[in-house]
Amino acid sequence: MISQLTGNERVLAALTFLILLCVGVAMAAAGRDDLIGTHGWIIAVSAIAGAVALLRAYDAPEPSATRLSEYYDDPSKVGIILTLIWGVIGMLVGVWVAALLAWPELTIDAAWASFGRLRPVHTSGVIFGFGGNALIATSFHVLQRTTRARLPDQFSPWFVLFGYNLFCVLAASGYLMGITQSKEYAEPEWYADIWLVVVWVVYFSIYIRTLLRRKEPHIYVANWYYMAFILVVALLHIINNLAVPISFGHAKSYSLFSGVQDAMTQWWYGHNAVAFFLTAGFLGMMYYYLPKRAGRPIYSYRTSIISFWGITFMYMWAGSHHLHYTALPHWVQSLGMAFSVVLLVPSWASAGNALLTLNGAWHKVRDDAVLRFMMLAAIFYGLATFEGSFMAIRAVNSLSHYTDWTIGHVHAGALGWVAMITYGSLYALTPWLWKRPALYSAKLVEWHFWLALSGTVVYVFAMWNSGVIQGLMWRTYNDSGTLSYSFVDSLVAMHPYYIARAFGGLLFLSGAVIALYNIVMTIRSPVAVASESASDIPLGLEPAAPIAQAGE
Amino acid sequence: MFNFHYRLERNAIGFVLAIIVVASIGGFIEIAPLFTIDETVEKAPDMRVYTPLEVAGRNIYIREGCYACHSQMIRTLRDEVERYGPYSLAVESKYDHPMLWGSKRTGPDLARVGGKYSNDWMTAHLNNPRDVVPESNMPAYRWLLRNQLETADLGEHLAALRAVGVPYTDDMIANAPKDAVGQANPDTDLATGVTERYGEKTDVSLFDGNQGSVTEMDALVAYLQVLGHLTGAAHTTPQNEVE
Repeated sequence: MISQLTGNERVLAALTFLILLCVGVAMAAAGRDDLIGTHGWIIAVSAIAGAVALLRAYDAPEPSATRLSEYYDDPSKVGIILTLIWGVIGMLVGVWVAALLAWPELTIDAAWASFGRLRPVHTSGVIFGFGGNALIATSFHVLQRTTRARLPDQFSPWFVLFGYNLFCVLAASGYLMGITQSKEYAEPEWYADIWLVVVWVVYFSIYIRTLLRRKEPHIYVANWYYMAFILVVALLHIINNLAVPISFGHAKSYSLFSGVQDAMTQWWYGHNAVAFFLTAGFLGMMYYYLPKRAGRPIYSYRTSIISFWGITFMYMWAGSHHLHYTALPHWVQSLGMAFSVVLLVPSWASAGNALLTLNGAWHKVRDDAVLRFMMLAAIFYGLATFEGSFMAIRAVNSLSHYTDWTIGHVHAGALGWVAMITYGSLYALTPWLWKRPALYSAKLVEWHFWLALSGTVVYVFAMWNSGVIQGLMWRTYNDSGTLSYSFVDSLVAMHPYYIARAFGGLLFLSGAVIALYNIVMTIRSPVAVASESASDIPLGLEPAAPIAQAGE
Repeated sequence: MFNFHYRLERNAIGFVLAIIVVASIGGFIEIAPLFTIDETVEKAPDMRVYTPLEVAGRNIYIREGCYACHSQMIRTLRDEVERYGPYSLAVESKYDHPMLWGSKRTGPDLARVGGKYSNDWMTAHLNNPRDVVPESNMPAYRWLLRNQLETADLGEHLAALRAVGVPYTDDMIANAPKDAVGQANPDTDLATGVTERYGEKTDVSLFDGNQGSVTEMDALVAYLQVLGHLTGAAHTTPQNEVE
């Protein structure tokens, strides 16, 4: 890793670690009476660990100039491993907190172990740890292949990958200690948020610098989505997290917005974190890996254009459907509902485009579990977006809101769409990157596929049932015109579904463990006869005549 | 249109700018007017700010992730109004930085929980919910009674809240740590300062049942007992929009 850096990049890395060390020590000193001090130490220790790694290889010979005639895939490789590890951690915590809801006495008498602190470890672990690393790893790969240009340098991809994971570690460890802003899916405090902005600016610079050096005249549709993901997440993150810290020695900050304005801002962020983190980014993944694996071009270029701009424009209006019947002014609720319903058009256009791309390759879907993962992801994407538009209708929302139905909906998207497209893409990508003829075991992929599918179905059906029952019990009146059920009655009715949900999650988690094992074994399997794919090199640098094949 | 796009997708900078413009419109139109249209937040002249002890309790509520299972937003639906009380008004969370409306009710709504249960019940329930509600699946928060409340920096908390728009006076900020101790210790000199600064209606009690020390339990119970009582606006506004 270090030996791949040029001399100048090694100096840059040393400087980065020095700055990080100073920041960490300053935080530890200023916050010695506060939890921020612990995070200062985590930052300082990370910087020292990085510096030690750097120094050990500092005198290694500089990389040869021939590197420029190859793509730079090592950050993607490390990113894949991190994705799989975060996936197992995040889902494990998810299964555990699901069990706590069914059997609360399982919890141990320690603050860090209670449901309220573990739940954001689950949500951030899977969204940011698993999902974010998957997006970073695949975006670097897709970006280079679709532009036929190498990443601009060797330092910044590592900075983004490790910097981002430092953010994830600060987030998760903070929740356990009790550091949280309480903003859903934006819980980390002000200093972690600032750090993420720095990482994100570098991420964007990698993207734009590579695009500007591209050898393909057109920017491929996958990159539109990855760019929308990077840009809009930056916009959302910065505005939603505006806050005034108590002091530089305190982790705690107070949000700039309050009450109704804060509610709208939080759900503008929250819903578009779904749109641009969990949808746009993963659509980018789908638009590259699905056609590649199927060996078919994208069905419709024009549908891609319409769905991309439809999603980019309309999602940003939809957040207020999280606030139906609340103190948010009625006109904002109505706007949110209207756009949420129309949003079905570009969403189904994307899902349909993906499924129609498989025309002529359905026999591969039957035989290849990797491609089947991607197909199933597109189906779940269609189902979850239909359900989302449906739930955004005020009358439906009056029943579904505040209940487990919402949780079921989220997981139809998160398990069915995000995780399936991720595992499908990583299964496809791993043998390509490590130059292996195939995955270690196709049979284990089959096992994972069926575990993931059954886990998702059990989970979603359990939550549909519990959510609808809950919603109906809350609004049922008896003959004398009074409410029939106390709140506790509805809670008792949830118990069997909470057990079923934990079981569904356990099935999905087993699949995630199998995926980690299968990919690690693929990497460790003996290298096949090394044959650099003739087309898998940046354009304009290869010694032989240019190769006409586009895209890769 | 497709010809235009054919050109746009050959221009990286143009594409970036197009994404930013297209994505900014919705949020701008929905959020910016909430700050400028006067009717968005009702007027409530009787609205008071949180006391330092309640601020500390609110921060514990946030720290423990209570908002993940409890909403503080009663919707304009008939069954909710009958179950929880008058539907929530925007003004009631005017000083909530950030708001804690919540998105999920694994447990009941808490927007008007203040005064519904005694301090003793609240303390027993938080210490182990199944002691008082056998069917409950809420975690036991036993450490709240064990942990002494950190009061020294409460002045800085209030100053930061003032920076984001909550009308705390210099007097409130200067006396914040004392007021926190006073509110949990009635019949002491410190207690009189609390009602002077925050009004006669301020609840000064032995929230956790113990005189002397101020625990995190004191703070959290004080916060829960003030929920729905910062202003009486919801009880005086006609609730004619219930569906």
